[in-house]
Amino acid sequence: MKAHKLGWAPYLLLVPSLAFLAIFFAAPMVQAFGLAFQNSDGAWSTASIRTMVEDSEFWEALRMTLLLIVLVIPIQFTLAMTMALVVNAKLKGSGLWLYIFAIPLGVSELSAGIIWFAIFTERGWLNSFLEGLGIVDRPIIFLNYQQPLWILFAIVLAEAWRATSIIMIILVAGLQSIPKDYLEAADVLGATGWQKVWQVILPLLRPSIQVALILRTILAFQVFATVIALAGRGLTTLSAESYRWYGDLRDANVAAAYAALILLLSVISTLLFLWLVPANQDRVA
Amino acid sequence: MVKKNVLTTRAASRRAVVQGGVGAASLVALAPLSSRSLSARARQDGACEVVFLSTQLTPIEEAEAFRSEVLAGFEGEVEFIPEDIGPFNDRITAEAEAGQGEVSLIGGQHGDFGALAERGLLMDLSDLVVDLADRGIIEAYLDLGKFGGEQQFYVPWMQATYVMAARREALDYLPEGLDEETLQTELTYDQLLEWITAINEEEGPRFGLPAGENGLLHRFFQGYGYPSFTGALNTAFTSEGAVEMWEWFRDAWAVANPQSLSYDQMAEPLQSGEVWVAWDHTARLIDAVRNNPDDFVMFPAPRGPEGLGYMPVVAGLAIPISAPNPDCARELIRYLTEPETQAKTLQQVAFFPVIEGELPGDLGEGIQKEADAVAATTSDEAALPSLLPVGLGEQGEAYNEVFRNVFQRAVIDEGDIQEALQTEAETLQQVLDAANASCWAPDPESDGVCQVG
Repeated sequence: MKAHKLGWAPYLLLVPSLAFLAIFFAAPMVQAFGLAFQNSDGAWSTASIRTMVEDSEFWEALRMTLLLIVLVIPIQFTLAMTMALVVNAKLKGSGLWLYIFAIPLGVSELSAGIIWFAIFTERGWLNSFLEGLGIVDRPIIFLNYQQPLWILFAIVLAEAWRATSIIMIILVAGLQSIPKDYLEAADVLGATGWQKVWQVILPLLRPSIQVALILRTILAFQVFATVIALAGRGLTTLSAESYRWYGDLRDANVAAAYAALILLLSVISTLLFLWLVPANQDRVA
Repeated sequence: MVKKNVLTTRAASRRAVVQGGVGAASLVALAPLSSRSLSARARQDGACEVVFLSTQLTPIEEAEAFRSEVLAGFEGEVEFIPEDIGPFNDRITAEAEAGQGEVSLIGGQHGDFGALAERGLLMDLSDLVVDLADRGIIEAYLDLGKFGGEQQFYVPWMQATYVMAARREALDYLPEGLDEETLQTELTYDQLLEWITAINEEEGPRFGLPAGENGLLHRFFQGYGYPSFTGALNTAFTSEGAVEMWEWFRDAWAVANPQSLSYDQMAEPLQSGEVWVAWDHTARLIDAVRNNPDDFVMFPAPRGPEGLGYMPVVAGLAIPISAPNPDCARELIRYLTEPETQAKTLQQVAFFPVIEGELPGDLGEGIQKEADAVAATTSDEAALPSLLPVGLGEQGEAYNEVFRNVFQRAVIDEGDIQEALQTEAETLQQVLDAANASCWAPDPESDGVCQVG
């Protein structure tokens, strides 16, 4: 490719998206960071950060957000990988599978939460089902704040259902870009199905896995509506606290402090994934 | 037919006293003048277009019913946008600062308008109220809309309160001496506890409260628990009566459905049978009774040692100074205060009229039941109305959070009640200081900022 002949054209083409990012992402982000380090009178101070850390809900929100990430992401990756391999196996009607797997992508976070609430609530579908089968004689109250494990389980399930397909789509795209030659060569050398997945597909899929991990983790730090729908005030997360401080308590500074913390955690996790799952091919055996 | 003035003028007149003798100013409203009332309609050339922002009717079903059944009858186009109080304030402020608005009409609770009026962001509607004299809008509510001054910042729009509902099967467990009829006039907090405990023993936790993210549980403490047990609110925040109330609440919560923490409104759990006995806002209970009126009984909240505390909610309509279309907004206010529209609003979203006199049309059995429970509340000998937090402005939610926090500390986390009250009393005082708010009913009037007791 003779890049120099393109002149300014590529940069000009980049201008609209750069301008969009600068106006709608970078500028508000800088402002939010500024707000986080000001007190309510607009003077520079760490008072908002201190209010955030000293708030009785803060550690609980942080703990719950991290716990959800640790629980949800491995489940989603295993599921997404399986789904992507099914789609990519070019079985009969594999196109149909892709569509079925992608359905939750069209459902908003809050709707997903409400759907799962309808399943788990005391007179919900799950209890009707269990009662119908005669397994329980009285509905079980799953969403009981005194047994947070059940609520956590419901949230993990709802999140896994809702956001696995986005990972799958990225992985399918990655799988389809793996040249057939490698797999054919593996066949010739007598590799088993497992060996092909472990030694050929996964290493070549690194770049996609990295992108998917980063994207999914950033989204997981923002988890909000599913938690509100399923747990109400029973559980809290960082973004739910940010919303409460802005929407209910009318303190934009502390809300911005939460937002800045979410940003910081997202950056750290991104760097971590860049380091742990390097995208370059050198390491591929 | 609905009983006249469901939230009676008796309750309203007490509030007028609380408002500090602004009653005289309302004489303006009595001046007969009707010739101007049609002028705005005659003047307009094209159809009216109004953007209507509201903190009321935010649940999707309510908003939709209001759009398709109530606003559809207006000759003009209305874009109805329900919004939370935070963004609502931001938008009105931003539009005023930009000097260019899109919103022509705003609807909110009495407390939502205080800060806006104080900052001069609302138009004076005194002349409109003169035009509307024949509507018979309740005088005390008109006075509330003046915030103690001369200008009319909002026109009363609709009112509501909180009542209790029970499934019929719950009546089998009523304590001795209570039946369906005496439930309307005699239920005490102790009896309620006895009742829901008996249900719990046989059927599981069937008492429900709206303690979810958008539920109105804090109103229970502010308008029901505190007034009924202490006869006051902020001034008795840490009193012996308050401790008694929280102890009662802790016992009641122990036999309440733990899913209450995710209930925003009680109509649905009542209908599904998850909950048999519940307390909530009239508009958030109505779906259950309207769909199956025979399955439910409705009755006033219980009475405590100091009386039957209850909270009337007054919503109003105001025009921001940045309104691009104030004439059309006035037209819409006229329309919304017509008796037919008021009746339709009651039928559709279960907010009660703010005008006196009989309403046209049949209300339906569900609404009638609710109207009866409201009437039983307001006409009770022991009725003790307490207003929504007045004059808190931006601090409104922080104020609610104080009660939520005590609930969290003392009830959910099962901490010490005294300790929780002492800690939160400091926050409460900070909130009142920040808002520079004087006491409101049922607290005695204060000189200067209300002092937490």
